[in-house]
Amino acid sequence: MIEVRNLTKRYGELTAISNISFTAEKGQILGFLGPNGAGKTTTMRIITGFMPATSGTVKIAGYDIFNDSYECRRRIGYLPESPPLYGDMTVVTYLRFVGRIRGIAKADLTDAVDRVLRSCGLEDVPHRVIGHLSKGYRQRVGLAQAMIHSPSVLVLDEPTIGLDPRQIIDIRTLIKELAADRTVILSTHILPEVSQLCDKVVIINQGRIVVEDMLANLTRDTSLEQVFLRYISQDSAVPSGVAEGTA
Amino acid sequence: MKNALTIAGKELRSAFVSPIAYVVLTGFMLLGGWFFFNLLNRFNFLVQIYMSFRNPEVQMRLNLNELVVAPLLGNLSVVLIILVPVITMRSFAEEKRAGTYELLLTSPLSIAEIVMGKFLGVVAFLVVMLALTAVYPAILLVYGNPEPGIIASGYLGLFLLAVAFATVGLLTSSFTDNQIVAAVSCLIVLLLLYVISWPAETAGPTLAAVLRYLSLTEHFSEMVKGVIETKDLIYFGSVITLALYLTHRSVESVRWR
Repeated sequence: MIEVRNLTKRYGELTAISNISFTAEKGQILGFLGPNGAGKTTTMRIITGFMPATSGTVKIAGYDIFNDSYECRRRIGYLPESPPLYGDMTVVTYLRFVGRIRGIAKADLTDAVDRVLRSCGLEDVPHRVIGHLSKGYRQRVGLAQAMIHSPSVLVLDEPTIGLDPRQIIDIRTLIKELAADRTVILSTHILPEVSQLCDKVVIINQGRIVVEDMLANLTRDTSLEQVFLRYISQDSAVPSGVAEGTA
Repeated sequence: MKNALTIAGKELRSAFVSPIAYVVLTGFMLLGGWFFFNLLNRFNFLVQIYMSFRNPEVQMRLNLNELVVAPLLGNLSVVLIILVPVITMRSFAEEKRAGTYELLLTSPLSIAEIVMGKFLGVVAFLVVMLALTAVYPAILLVYGNPEPGIIASGYLGLFLLAVAFATVGLLTSSFTDNQIVAAVSCLIVLLLLYVISWPAETAGPTLAAVLRYLSLTEHFSEMVKGVIETKDLIYFGSVITLALYLTHRSVESVRWR
């Protein structure tokens, strides 16, 4: 479903990501992990067609993101790090606008908006102005816009940030449901979330992939925290004792 | 095209929920009213003077178009130089700052649709803005006898001028994520285009012709006089097309940076 091959992105002298490759299948949730500044957001921006790679290819459902950008973008729902919201619109106006530009026919728009209002728990605030909503609600509006057109690929950059524990559980259940017939790429810092949700884990450090494996294989005889710390400290050779506790 | 209209609708709606639209429209009407009142006052004064001189020939030559409408449109065009950058400064800069640029660029929209949508949104706003000032010539038509054709030609000129200003504003807004930078750089470009013909008086004939051709004011003032010539229409058309093309390239540049 998603096939990333030898992706490299340079900003002048700086190499943000180098030679990244991984794949995710339909029905999989791929956990995309890495410390801050590792290149997660850059990779996601390339996958979603926001900006091109310096070299390498991304294929979404067989379409190349550079050459068939339009076909790819129709199939992707993207929640960036900060939800892309218009603070002066109400929730419903905003979702209708996003639905329109994502190509939902006018006749189906009301149904699509109702569906995401329900699934993202926004039924209480449909006519509130987005700028006046709390962070948790705004995050959920961000999630709603990513899935309004029922995309076959969902790219979520820290979807549960700013939510309260009950909302986190709701959103995780939702992501799990969504993933049944989709591909989800989930970037997060919350490792228990990855343990609960993801089938596959990709860890990126300093712009390079350090591990790509199924979650079950990685955590056979150790915790995900330990795996994460081991892989991200490999080249800086941190003593193994550090692995306890922090994360 | 459908997508462009969706974006244009969004632009127009967000203009009218923000205070900027109301401040701009009120200011434009207020200044317009002040210009109109004073020009009309002067006109009445002149009429009275010539009446007291019992000089009906000169009195007959006093002309509402020349003495009221033309200077009114000229003054409004100067106000537009200042207000149009304020209207357009948000268009791209605000999207970048709010992160909604990512939403637009990762949606299945072409860049032409995005730019066209922004453009049509601003044009619709300018139509509202200029339509409100039509009340002044309407008063003249009711109580006086100005030449409607010349008024229409002047308004066409003012509209084309405003649209050309707006495309420059879209272009500068697409360069930055800072609204102030967008507005100020647009203002400077517009002022330059306004005064670019100043050295024409002392320059050689070729350079003078080029400078006069580049000046927005020269083309506009021809239309205020009631002269609609193809060369002026082509001039405004070229400015608008060029600025929109450059905006398109500027938005697209995120794809090759």
